[in-house]
Amino acid sequence: MTHAAGVDVGSTQTKAVVVDDRERIVGRSLIETGANVVTAAERAYREALAEAGLEEEAIGRVIGTGYGRYKVEFGDDQVSEISCHARGAGRMFPATLTVLDMGGQDTKAIRAEGGDVLDFCMNDKCSAGTGRFLQSAAAALGLELDELGPTALAGESPVEISTTCTVFAESEVLSWLARDKRIEDILLGVHRSIARRSIALLRRVGIEPEITFTGGVARNEAMVAVLEEMLETRLNVSEESHYMGALGAALFALERAAAPIGASAGEEVA
Amino acid sequence: MSDTDLIGRGAREGKRLFTEWFDGLTEAAERDDPAAYVFVMGSLAEVLRSFDLDVVFPEINSLQTAVKKISGEYLGEAEDYGYSPDICGYVKADVALQLRGGEHPLGRVPRPTVAVLTNACNTYIKWAEIWERLHDTPVFTIDVPGSRSAPGVVSASRADFARDLDYVEHQIRELIYLLEEITGRRFDIDAFRDRLWHANAMSRAWHRVLEINRSSPAPYDAVTEGTIYLGVANAFRGTGEGARYFEDLVEELEERRRLGLTPSGDEEQHRLIFVGVPCYPIFRRFYELFSEWGGAFVSSTYLWFASGGLDEEFQYDLEDPVRSLAEGVLRGVRSATDSMLFHDRALLRAIDDYRADGVVFHPVKSCRTVSTGLADSRRAVLEERDVQCLYIESDMMDDRVVSEAQLKNRIDAFFEGLRSRELRLAAEESKAPAGAGAS
Repeated sequence: MTHAAGVDVGSTQTKAVVVDDRERIVGRSLIETGANVVTAAERAYREALAEAGLEEEAIGRVIGTGYGRYKVEFGDDQVSEISCHARGAGRMFPATLTVLDMGGQDTKAIRAEGGDVLDFCMNDKCSAGTGRFLQSAAAALGLELDELGPTALAGESPVEISTTCTVFAESEVLSWLARDKRIEDILLGVHRSIARRSIALLRRVGIEPEITFTGGVARNEAMVAVLEEMLETRLNVSEESHYMGALGAALFALERAAAPIGASAGEEVA
Repeated sequence: MSDTDLIGRGAREGKRLFTEWFDGLTEAAERDDPAAYVFVMGSLAEVLRSFDLDVVFPEINSLQTAVKKISGEYLGEAEDYGYSPDICGYVKADVALQLRGGEHPLGRVPRPTVAVLTNACNTYIKWAEIWERLHDTPVFTIDVPGSRSAPGVVSASRADFARDLDYVEHQIRELIYLLEEITGRRFDIDAFRDRLWHANAMSRAWHRVLEINRSSPAPYDAVTEGTIYLGVANAFRGTGEGARYFEDLVEELEERRRLGLTPSGDEEQHRLIFVGVPCYPIFRRFYELFSEWGGAFVSSTYLWFASGGLDEEFQYDLEDPVRSLAEGVLRGVRSATDSMLFHDRALLRAIDDYRADGVVFHPVKSCRTVSTGLADSRRAVLEERDVQCLYIESDMMDDRVVSEAQLKNRIDAFFEGLRSRELRLAAEESKAPAGAGAS
């Protein structure tokens, strides 16, 4: 049996996934990336192997993805996380035509078909509209990240968050608190603000159902609800949404492990 | 001449000409010779050179500070002086250069005796006002009426074109009076004709240079080598050296084409069109991010809108030189602005002519003139042609907004998508019934 692995070294967290030859996830891990990217990649990989109950020899190929993909020193290839999220989303929800990936520092809107990227857009030079914006709001309100979604869902009258800057998000949240607004309404406003920016990105590539929502922020139920309300459609959200980039990388690794020797990134197989 | 001497001659000679050109400017600055400041989109170098004025291109001076990796110093100085981080980086580098008394990494730039510009770019007009304030420089702005509709709809036979031409011609005649006053010399129409004659020769060769890259593989890279050629075209317009350079360049490129040489030395795998202004702070590295994937820039809109109309198939009529220059300016400035305002039309033609399989849109923070509307052009191209498009943002001058990691991430994904698309198309073709598509 051939197994393969993908390691997604993100700006905030590093994820690793091991798949078997039927593309099933048999091991996964998630750790904070921290300052040492190389160590983070290795640790995440080892933990995923341990969960799968496999030794390194059982892995036919490893692909690194994410901003730190070139630091996955034990990896065989690198693939951008844009391609990996499309591939992972295509595996989990085969009818996916649009992918929204919301990570720690960037948000990607991807048009895809059969797990292949047709077009994409990302936020540039600014992390407003990403998970980092939520982190700033959580810090200002003294909440844990896990508390954000449930709290926002209790909001009834969302405030208007006008800032387009993550750094200023904190002061804007504080200014609403000073005006005696409920925390729930402030947070709902924050979620709506991020959703608006993400939808603007999606419009640039064209919104075509089914839409699959991936990345760490996809675990936030308020963000899912707000996006669904604004887009007026249901979103595909997998239990594995946080691991979608690593899963995509593992699927590329599996595909290439099965290909003839020498066939790797950039080498087309005749 | 052996192939060894011929191949790469354009790059070598381009470098030599530029070094000599900056040496000449340095000497002119030391002698305090009269110099005319002009812009690439409608330089009027032909008439200025007929008065033996040194021609200075502030845009080229500025971009050279980025290529030499010291634009940050110049931008910082202008910002300390009071200019906003948000405005054109070319302007700010020039402001710092003026404050430094013309000090430039390649020499010294003379002060402006006169500034001649068109309205091809709004910033030109405000930029020239800075010289007016700093040096009391007389500024002559030619108001060029823009196209009233997409290219091809307005033609020379239309009455409004004739009226527009009259309008530009009258302004050029006024400019000639001003130049006579400033230089104390009479206008020499024969010297002017000589300049037009050289410009005609350069224009013919330039057109051929653009055309040669329709070959597969394309003999030169339109972003790196093309930009060197563009620099020579602007700086040496209307000179014998400039005309000879391009005639020699055509010879070299024809030979490269015959030999099937590629700019990188590797196989050409993806034919790309570049849209916008180059990323000068990482000029070479930017190219490598594409060439590492086998991407070749076969065409660049920069070679259209920044060539002062050379891309137009227009030849000056030496029998009626002043009116003909007016027509060249009118056509050239319109071509430049149309290349920006009607991108989609020109791009669709170029995709077909150059058989491109990808388009790279590169909006820059500090030039809204060339960047506005690129997202719409991208959408229009995607609707009309089955090509892969990439949209990446950086800057032409300011390395504070050039993030190589972000660029690379997007460029890698672009090529991964391009590869998937090619494999998908190949798979579809292999599934097609035998004989399908045969004529």
